[in-house]
Amino acid sequence: MDKEKLLQMYYEMVLIRRVEERGAELYQAGKIGGFMHLYIGQEAVSTGLIAAREPRDRVITAYRDHGVAINCGISANEVMAELLGKVTGTSKGKGGSMHMASVEKNMWGGHAIVGGHLPIAAGLALGDQYQGNDNVTICMFGDGATNIGYFHEALNVSMTWNLRVLWVCENNQYGMGTSVERASAVSEIRQKAEGYGMKNSRVDGMDVLAVYEAAKQAIDYVRSESKPYLLEAVTYRFRGHSMGDPERYRSQDEVKKWQDNDPIGIFRAALLKKKNITAAELDEIEARAEADTQKAVEFAEASPEPGMEELFKDVYVED
Amino acid sequence: MPRITMREAISQALWEEMERDPAVFILGEEVGVWGGTYAVTKGFYDHFGPQRVKDTPIAENAILGAAIGAAMVGLRPVAELMTINFAFSAMDYVVNQAPKLRYMFGGQFRIPLVIRAVGGGGRQLGATHSQTPDAVFAHFPGLKVVSPGTPEDAKGLLKTAIRSDDPVLFIEHATMYQVRGEVPEGEYLIPIGQSKVQRPGRDVTIVTYAKGLELSLKAADELAKEGIEVEIVDLRTLRPLDMGPVLESFKKTNRAVIVEEGWRSYGVGAEVAARIYEEAFDYADAPILRVAQKEVPLPYNRTLEQAALPQVPDITAAVKEVLK
Ligand SMILES: Cc1ncc(C[n+]2csc(CCOP(=O)(O)OP(=O)(O)O)c2C)c(N)n1
Ligand SMILES: [Mg+2]
Repeated sequence: MDKEKLLQMYYEMVLIRRVEERGAELYQAGKIGGFMHLYIGQEAVSTGLIAAREPRDRVITAYRDHGVAINCGISANEVMAELLGKVTGTSKGKGGSMHMASVEKNMWGGHAIVGGHLPIAAGLALGDQYQGNDNVTICMFGDGATNIGYFHEALNVSMTWNLRVLWVCENNQYGMGTSVERASAVSEIRQKAEGYGMKNSRVDGMDVLAVYEAAKQAIDYVRSESKPYLLEAVTYRFRGHSMGDPERYRSQDEVKKWQDNDPIGIFRAALLKKKNITAAELDEIEARAEADTQKAVEFAEASPEPGMEELFKDVYVED
Repeated sequence: MPRITMREAISQALWEEMERDPAVFILGEEVGVWGGTYAVTKGFYDHFGPQRVKDTPIAENAILGAAIGAAMVGLRPVAELMTINFAFSAMDYVVNQAPKLRYMFGGQFRIPLVIRAVGGGGRQLGATHSQTPDAVFAHFPGLKVVSPGTPEDAKGLLKTAIRSDDPVLFIEHATMYQVRGEVPEGEYLIPIGQSKVQRPGRDVTIVTYAKGLELSLKAADELAKEGIEVEIVDLRTLRPLDMGPVLESFKKTNRAVIVEEGWRSYGVGAEVAARIYEEAFDYADAPILRVAQKEVPLPYNRTLEQAALPQVPDITAAVKEVLK
């Protein structure tokens, strides 16, 4: 991978982190409402994954979507504006944290019914197959989502119909407060693909370069073989499930252990081992991410609320 | 009489019924270790143990299907849906299995099942997570649908629901857990299928339930300052619907406003208005009005969401309109 791409990935990871940290502050200040699920700790997964796609490859994910949105090229401004419910947000302030999308960036939404977007992902791929192109649909979801029927129905049709879907399970070890062991018959989610005869693998989701390599191979396979593939990324969310999680289900020691394994720190160390990248360059990128986050907050705060006419718009196409 | 919150009332009902009957058990997402997403079952897991407070995977069909099966062989499951919106992921069990199995098999089974579900808008959760689809469920014979508006009713009705031999959908409103009210000392039950006058008045009848009750009581206070005395009839149960107190009140006031949080079209108000017209047409002095949610999915933006939901001024305006 060339230097420019590596530095871009670093920038995105830091930007996601900063945007979400500011988001958490704005939530505490009452400027963001509803449910907000932070991606902090998991940034390597979507960053590595999306870096491996072609722009024509589609992306669809669950409600933990701020990071994916940024990786897909949605600006921090639009993400922040959506969080604040402003008309300049990705969804005109009508979707909020859980519902970021940009058809232009081939990002088909954050979806908040657990597992509900998996059959829709199969449909995106069916649409591409029908239209005779070889776009790949990348569908991300949590470990918890693999216990609901939607997952199994979607995997089955994707295999039966030879759909180009890369199923990516972000196994962050918990669905809300329920650990994988307490909710899933198998603790390696990738095993679930076996029952459908689907190729699969597991990758360290804290290592963005490992994710990138695994995703690259998987996408190539899906595209060339016209078959789905299940990639499991093992990761961890550093914060609560959503804002205001009492976190009675896990120990501080466990959280600390994972935080010491910070994907941004790991990537920084890996980059510094490269001869052509300096600490000063990375510091400069961090400062830029910080500044862009500040600009995004200012943009969002200054943006107008959606007008009352928006309330009745888009219920139907003709509105 | 002790004053407790809606949350405490529901929690007490569950606790008392579990102490009373070992066949009662709870299952659902995050009901155990977490203590319930809305903290209703906090402390239950430690006291009753993992078998009676059963954490489940995110699998609404498995939760409800298994609850129905367990009920058929003699248990009394209280299945919790984290929100009523997730009932749509398992709609078959809620409306197509639980309400029909007994009838279809000639009365051979009993299905003593309670489905607790949290509904309602106003929390900026976006379109799929903010619904008040109570009327949808009330459409189906074989299912009882209860939705209380006070802690007293919540406790008494939930205890009855747990003892009911038929499936009951018990709908709680997400923004009402902190509502306080007096509850009777000691054990009491409130029958399912009885409406109740929550505030007497002579001028206009307001028919409502759940969140609508909270809003209507506020509207009534404001109207009283202008000398308008509304009578509020709380349905409490949507199916079977008890029209007795509604008709009695309407025959006295000759005017009615129906307040519900769900959408107006095909809603609770439509049913209640039709029944009033059918049974007390001659008493009407003005067309019955409905106050309900605007016909849009709920948006995230707070201002827009509040504009879509029924508010106190909508109720006072409707009351004045029927008085014209
Ligand atoms: C059908 C449905 N059931 C329950 C929920 C409530 N819920 C939201 S997120 C979540 C946990 C999901 O866990 P996982 O899939 O592992 O994703 P993570 O939050 O860990 O990213 C639950 C139970 C929901 N949104 N949809
Ligand atoms: Mg998870």
